[in-house]
Amino acid sequence: MPDAALRADRVIKRYGDREALRGVSFATAPGELVAVIGPNGAGKTTLLSILAGISRPDEGDVSSSNGEVGWVPQQAALYRRLTVEENLLLFARLEGHEDPRGSVEEMLELTGLRDRRREIVARLSGGNQQRINIAIGLLSRPAVLLLDEPSVGLDPRQRSRLWEFVSALADRGTTVIFSTHDIQEAERYGGRLLVLADGEALFDGPPAELREAVRREAPEAADRDFETAFVAYLHHRGH
Amino acid sequence: MRGVRWLLLKDLQILRRSPLQAVLLVAYPILIAVLVGFAISRGPEDPRVAFLNEVPPNTRIDVGSAELPKANVKERICKRVECVFVSDRAEAEQKVESGDVLAALILPADLVNKINSLSTLTPGVPEVEVLVNEENAVKAELVDDRITSLLAQANLTIARRIGAEGGRYLGLLVDGGQFSVLGETVQILGLRTTARILEGVTPALPPNLRPALEEVTEFAAQARDNLDVAKPLIDRLAQPIAVDKVVVGGASPPLEIFAIAVAATLTLAFVVVLLVAGSLALEREENAFPRLTRGLVSPGGLLGEKVLLGVGVGLVVTLLMLLGMQFFVPLELSRIGLWLVAILFSGAALGAAGAALGAAAREVRAVSLLAFMVTLPIAFLSLVPSGAVSPVIFDAIRYLTALFPFKPALQAITAALDEAGPGIGGPLLHLALLCAAYALIARLALRRFAAV
Repeated sequence: MPDAALRADRVIKRYGDREALRGVSFATAPGELVAVIGPNGAGKTTLLSILAGISRPDEGDVSSSNGEVGWVPQQAALYRRLTVEENLLLFARLEGHEDPRGSVEEMLELTGLRDRRREIVARLSGGNQQRINIAIGLLSRPAVLLLDEPSVGLDPRQRSRLWEFVSALADRGTTVIFSTHDIQEAERYGGRLLVLADGEALFDGPPAELREAVRREAPEAADRDFETAFVAYLHHRGH
Repeated sequence: MRGVRWLLLKDLQILRRSPLQAVLLVAYPILIAVLVGFAISRGPEDPRVAFLNEVPPNTRIDVGSAELPKANVKERICKRVECVFVSDRAEAEQKVESGDVLAALILPADLVNKINSLSTLTPGVPEVEVLVNEENAVKAELVDDRITSLLAQANLTIARRIGAEGGRYLGLLVDGGQFSVLGETVQILGLRTTARILEGVTPALPPNLRPALEEVTEFAAQARDNLDVAKPLIDRLAQPIAVDKVVVGGASPPLEIFAIAVAATLTLAFVVVLLVAGSLALEREENAFPRLTRGLVSPGGLLGEKVLLGVGVGLVVTLLMLLGMQFFVPLELSRIGLWLVAILFSGAALGAAGAALGAAAREVRAVSLLAFMVTLPIAFLSLVPSGAVSPVIFDAIRYLTALFPFKPALQAITAALDEAGPGIGGPLLHLALLCAAYALIARLALRRFAAV
């Protein structure tokens, strides 16, 4: 992919003797919505932390063509005793925005939390906290946004509103890469799926192709629900 | 640097949003200041002692030819204890038994006569009676100490009078003079005059009588010389051992200044260590550390910001406390420059230690507990003086307390408050070294924060 927004090339990460990532390679196009899926311990968070630049790969390279990569950690990285506005203003100032208050207004508009700007974050719902968390990740105006399991702990309504928000970002051209272990969610919202298991990239393509691959490699589970078929697929691939 | 400014603002906003923390930060030093101020300005209360004087009025203590001053007995005692005057022995016993007074002091009717007999040929044994309720060991010891001290003073006064009288009698024997007995005045010749008379008459005697007289003359001279030597010895009998206090080291300021320095250092230590350790742990608890250090602020910058926060708040709180102490003990405000230097160095070293603690724990609660568990015993150990424990234990305490900034901070603040204290240079250098060492430990420990 010549105009990739973000590219990972044969990334290996080891923790002692254990290989958390085993030569993972992939590239994303601008505005793509990529879901990184896999069971717990597959290496999803490790991959995202390397893409975000928080940890370094032992081997391989990561590069982004359009500059800034935004990162939203799994748990909201917010100051719960500050208000929504104070949190956004702090990070806008730390990002060095020329007009931090203008950026805050923009993010309040984007998150739909303008009327709750003076509320202490601790009093917001998990869904709204996650929206602020993502908005802070967007303050650096990144070309690529990394979301580590963004819907964990949210109820279905909050989850739905979150994905509306994230899809809108992708529609505006932001490349979004999110990790999840919820197969249905990945299939529903991800335009492209990257399947990891034991640090190995097993599949990289659109959801329909994954369904086809599952049907092909685990035909005995093809008539069952997608999650069960996916588990059978992983089993067939030795994981 | 820009990031540090906004992080400082953020930490102050969070502090403002935590009413309990803010109240504690203000109330704690005020409480300490008021407590220490009252303690050092009022001193200990005098113990209440029932006082029964059975000595007949207008009885005077005569030791030899000297009368002791009238106010000596009652006023001297009641200056050292709170006297509760009772009318008889039964009332004294009742007050002691009920705990209304710590003890009762009874001066029996024959006390003065027995004291007066001390300078006669048939001396008696003067006694006072003390009734004590020993239900409480501490109270009993307090009473024992006070009464023993009072009697020691009275005994010393009387012994000095007796010694002076003895010296006067010896003077009569040596130099001669007049002596009154049973209302009649007797003229005493004295050894010195005796020897001179004998020396005068010796040449007029026949030669065979002279040797015997010369022996008598020589004895008179020897007796005179030896009794001259005995006079100062009798004077020393009243107080054979004198105290000659020589300060050879550990120049110390007045006790109240040291108490203020302890209160100020305790306040500074708790405020700075808890604030720095807590605010650093909060970055981890709020999951903000990885986000901040992803290009927004360096780990070193974050550490510097926390230490700056601790030093700033600690400086304000400690200065307020010291100014509050002015109401109780006047401090030398002209030394305020040194106060600031001592507080800044102490705050920086304590802040660095707090940062190292904060980087070691994951949660604010855990780190607060850790900070208390480290600071409190170190503070107590830092106050143990040499000689209070065995040399081996004291050496261990010395090395241990040298590793934490409390003791050098106490020394620096003491030196800053009063010129009689130890020099400020050594403690400041010690604090600077500790600050660098703890900053390095904190920086290394922060690597654990980065783990996702």
